[in-house]
Amino acid sequence: MMEKITTLLTVMQSKNHRWSLVFGLCLLPLLGLVLDILFNQLGSNPIQALHIRLGDWSLRFLGITLAITPIQTITHWRGMADYRKLFGLYSFFYATLHLLAYIAVDNNFMWGLIGTDIIESPYIWFGIITYIIVFLLGITTSNWSKKQLGRNWKKLHRFIYLAGIAGVVHYFWQLKGNLAEPLLYALILFLLLGFRALVEFTRRRLSKMMIPRRFE
Amino acid sequence: MIIKTTKAIPSHEITDEHVFKARRTLIKSLFAATLVGNSQSLLAQTNSARWQRLTQSDLSAKTLTPTPAQLVKEYTNYYEFSYNKEDSTKLAQALTVDPWSIEISGEVEQPGKFYLEDILSKQTLEERIYRFRCVEAWSMVVPWVGFPLVNLLNMAKPLSSANFVKFTTTQQPDAMPNLRSEAILQWPYIEGLRIDEATHPLTILAVGMYGDTLPKQNGAPLRLIVPWKYGFKSAKAIVKIELLKKAPLTSWNRSAPDEYGFYANVNPRIPHPRWSQNSERLLGSGFFTSRRQTELFNGYGDQVAGLYNDMDLRHFF
Repeated sequence: MMEKITTLLTVMQSKNHRWSLVFGLCLLPLLGLVLDILFNQLGSNPIQALHIRLGDWSLRFLGITLAITPIQTITHWRGMADYRKLFGLYSFFYATLHLLAYIAVDNNFMWGLIGTDIIESPYIWFGIITYIIVFLLGITTSNWSKKQLGRNWKKLHRFIYLAGIAGVVHYFWQLKGNLAEPLLYALILFLLLGFRALVEFTRRRLSKMMIPRRFE
Repeated sequence: MIIKTTKAIPSHEITDEHVFKARRTLIKSLFAATLVGNSQSLLAQTNSARWQRLTQSDLSAKTLTPTPAQLVKEYTNYYEFSYNKEDSTKLAQALTVDPWSIEISGEVEQPGKFYLEDILSKQTLEERIYRFRCVEAWSMVVPWVGFPLVNLLNMAKPLSSANFVKFTTTQQPDAMPNLRSEAILQWPYIEGLRIDEATHPLTILAVGMYGDTLPKQNGAPLRLIVPWKYGFKSAKAIVKIELLKKAPLTSWNRSAPDEYGFYANVNPRIPHPRWSQNSERLLGSGFFTSRRQTELFNGYGDQVAGLYNDMDLRHFF
């Protein structure tokens, strides 16, 4: 037993192994979903349950991605950028499954039905905005894209905040009554964005204090 | 637009049923041990059914395949209990449904309190297979057991001044968490119909489904069923019926007037402000089967379109 724990700790300490472990853990929600489908555990409306499950995980990974920078700032941990990229890509991954489930599993590629549904459902518009952003960020993940895009890369990737907001609106706008869960997401998002605003505000004030008197 | 109700089953729905059954059989054969309990309870239901031979009304959609009963029992909105359909099913078991009486008052010659047994002793129950379309864009096909609402109204002898009917549902705060916390809506839940809608032969009071007593979460002991309207119009566990001169303020209409109108007729052309009503997910239809096209008046246009001849349905939604 002790031996096993020691092995696990060694694994945890090795950077590559730790990354692989986190990579694997991020697939557990998908595994759980597959098992629930196989064992018929998604309730009376399994397709809706599927949408909620995949959408939820996409939004959760988006939140985790946004949380990395504040955590890094507060704890002064180093080397979390790799994980931020990983979680961001997982948000893209689950969002893509969410979209495919809508098109294929729910609508069986009936484009007429899909078209009307999209035109008439404002909550879906917000889902589309979220997906376009997450898609663009996902495909420009590589270091090569980063080099190609130069300064624009950072500008583009700032759109993740908008994706977060649109994602939460997409979630709560289709509900009838119960707002507890989307409100929780909205609160977390507010805290994450608020933290950044605070950091930005403090930075500006500090830089202002650095300006020599005579320029004032 | 006229749409017939009694028509052949669309072929994709037939396939769904096969796929559904085949999947179950497959899972059962693989994991028989874990699913034995489930399948036995399904069998038990059919054996112990309370009403074995019921007359099928001409208004029953005999060609439609009913949704598996278990799905209907576990997927029902009952906001007095919970926002969550599965939780509602569990919590609703705390309801007291016996003894039950209904008070009828307002514009009637003989107001009074009517006990459920007395009502039922004077009624011939029949089976009505109806499509039930929820405003949340899902539907199911349910064989209800009940009798026309007009029969009960006639027991109190409505006056000609009765233009609307108001339905008030039971308030049992000890059993209903959202009544205690005054959450979501103003309680009790209120629904209403115009008198011609209420006396329409399609409008029934249901006391059972699938040949058996109505489960508590599905509206026991007695609920309204108005098949051409969104499900929230079909109030559950009714305790009071008032005949009125003017339209009552109904619960969802009061809570969100832009989203839920008084009429709430199923209409694929009039989207809810936040989502489309053009298509619906039929419960029990499998993965990779398309949603079905929603029909005007939920397919009951032949029988009810005349009620709304001179009305702008977009305004009176």
